[in-house]
Amino acid sequence: MAVRIVFLGKLADLAGGAERELPAPLDWMALVEACDGDLGDAISGDKVRIAVNGAVLADKATLSAGEGDEVALLPPVSGG
Amino acid sequence: MKDVRLLDRAFDPNPLIDALAMACPAAGGLATFLGKVRMGEGVEALALSHYEPLTLPGMDTLADAALGRFDLEGLLIVHRTGLMHPGEPIVLVSAAARHRRDAIQAVDFAMDHLKSDSWFWKREKRVDGWHWIEPRAQDADDILRWS
Repeated sequence: MAVRIVFLGKLADLAGGAERELPAPLDWMALVEACDGDLGDAISGDKVRIAVNGAVLADKATLSAGEGDEVALLPPVSGG
Repeated sequence: MKDVRLLDRAFDPNPLIDALAMACPAAGGLATFLGKVRMGEGVEALALSHYEPLTLPGMDTLADAALGRFDLEGLLIVHRTGLMHPGEPIVLVSAAARHRRDAIQAVDFAMDHLKSDSWFWKREKRVDGWHWIEPRAQDADDILRWS
């Protein structure tokens, strides 16, 4: 088991897929390092939010994910 | 009565609205907004993606907020995900209330929040391919009406 990363919206295009697995434990710095190029820049943007197991974090920098956790990267919503 | 649904295929709004009306005999009126994929603007298809752990729970929280804020007998919120074509319904909000203003305002409130504060990501297919739709400033302004 590892940490499952889910990319929503256009982040999935930048990531080349909707999901990835990264080794646990995972903090914010390690996640940004694992996402190189445009993807790393995109997820670092102020408007991208992050959820762990369905709970949105107030501050991305506090990310602390372990084995089996699901981390979702959420770009700004475009409305229904 | 609260009915909140996230659907991955085309739906007929009329039976859902009728069911709300039937379930709310004390309501003096019912207000409904039906949003559809616009025709004739070069859009061939629309795809809405969502995130299961957040999207439906968020819609449910929104329904509770509307029920708490307005004097309603019932509220129906239905939203599509997946691939849609021009003319197809995307979103349906219907509110039943004893008095009209609560019903009308509840629909307006729910729609403003669905447009700017719900977990959906939208892509349009045009003649040159798929394009992600960015948030509109107007949607952010609309939600401030309720704060």
